[in-house]
Amino acid sequence: MKIEELANQSSEWMRGQGPESDIVMSSRIRLARNLSEFPFIRKCTPKDRLAIATSVHRALDSLPLAADSEYVDVAKLGDLDRQFLMERQLISHELSESQGARAVILDPNERFSIMVNEEDHLRLQVMQSGLDLESAWQRMDELDNQLESKLTYSFNKRLGYLTACPTNVGTGLRVSVMLHLPALVATKQIDKVFRALNKINVAVRGLYGEGSQFMGDFYQISNQMTLGKNELGLVAKVSEVVPRLIDYERKAREFLVSESRDDLHDNVSRALGILCTAKKISSEETMHYLSKVRMGVNLGLIDNVKIPTVNKLFIHTQPAHLQKLCGHKLSVTDRNIERANYLKLHLMKRPENEIN
Amino acid sequence: MSNEETPASALSSMLAKQLKIEKASEELASADKKTCPICGITFADFRKGGRLGCAYDYVAFEEDLEPLLVNIHGALEHVGKVPTNLSGSPERQQRLMQLKVEMKEAIDKEDYETASRLRDKISAVESGQETVWNDDTSEQSDDDFQSEPPIV
Repeated sequence: MKIEELANQSSEWMRGQGPESDIVMSSRIRLARNLSEFPFIRKCTPKDRLAIATSVHRALDSLPLAADSEYVDVAKLGDLDRQFLMERQLISHELSESQGARAVILDPNERFSIMVNEEDHLRLQVMQSGLDLESAWQRMDELDNQLESKLTYSFNKRLGYLTACPTNVGTGLRVSVMLHLPALVATKQIDKVFRALNKINVAVRGLYGEGSQFMGDFYQISNQMTLGKNELGLVAKVSEVVPRLIDYERKAREFLVSESRDDLHDNVSRALGILCTAKKISSEETMHYLSKVRMGVNLGLIDNVKIPTVNKLFIHTQPAHLQKLCGHKLSVTDRNIERANYLKLHLMKRPENEIN
Repeated sequence: MSNEETPASALSSMLAKQLKIEKASEELASADKKTCPICGITFADFRKGGRLGCAYDYVAFEEDLEPLLVNIHGALEHVGKVPTNLSGSPERQQRLMQLKVEMKEAIDKEDYETASRLRDKISAVESGQETVWNDDTSEQSDDDFQSEPPIV
């Protein structure tokens, strides 16, 4: 599989389908695992790292999962390819930028990815469109079982699965849901929401995880604790919070529509206008306006653009994607022009001509 | 996907703050000097970087990690999934290392009988015939078959 082939398909979380998908972009489950015969990454020699990657690769070859996946040597990828994979949330910044033997096992349909030699030896990830954590966990459990049949995980009866950082010990499980909350931001309630979530040990992060900005009004919520509750309990904990957040966002949207429909309509229409006619535009600005357009479409105020298109544009206007789609590297200035062209091309299409 | 650099620094600064409050500075200084016999990391190294060096650190730094675990998770015991292959415990890794060191010493002393016995013990641990658990208070003997050999 050539990395750029991925650019031509809509990844799982972009599809914009699945339950509650006007607000819930995607559900994701992440599992951290380490092989018992090696130290944690911090104390691994280059030889250790290579041995870990080799063990995993060998184990993979004998598993059913090999038929539906591809082992990608990240150390051999160029900058652009690595950034591309990061933009699609298939690898993390850490995996991309660290040194030494490291890899990712990719599902061509982008419904799972397994990082090798990131913070832990293995970081399994399962993604799903919309809100569906239970079936995401089923798939993760099965993936974990397959790998575990060929590898020996570091595990201690008392503390559970042992991880490089004590914040992940126990289940090693991070359950997260990505939500689009433009109305809560517009009505200035988002800070209140953060505080309420923190009180019940639910963490909130931006689009690209810890430390990323809250771009495009996207928020990832996830469990903070991984020890002391079982996996289904952790899934339930996050699942329970989501309907309330969805409710708050819907109410905030209704409020905006009922109190200031004209202003809102004008606001989202201008956002669309700028995206369609700008001659150059940064990715920050793009995210900002696309977020408004997305809300506008969801509220029925914009009818000539579809949600899957908007979702796709969030990704395709990112720096590495733009360059892959146009076939060569671009300077920042040229990217801003290319981005404007790309947006115009895809937003000014008539719905019946839109390609998926 | 999450950029995990910040949790490590957030974690270590939380640790630093929390441990300073709970421990006198001499206690902390002595905790900091503790070293893992397997990977060589000190507790101070861990506090600085926020990441452990190997699985055995959870044994070597057990009591010093407790307040941290309680702080983050509000719990000290794993509840949930257990691997079917249970031979990956850090205690086992440590026991293997210990046996290998003893075997080498026996060879150096030309005590081949002991070396041979130790080699058999090593095979037993590696194949899973002898299991080492941290919560087993009895010393493992060669005749103890604790579990099925792992499916590797």
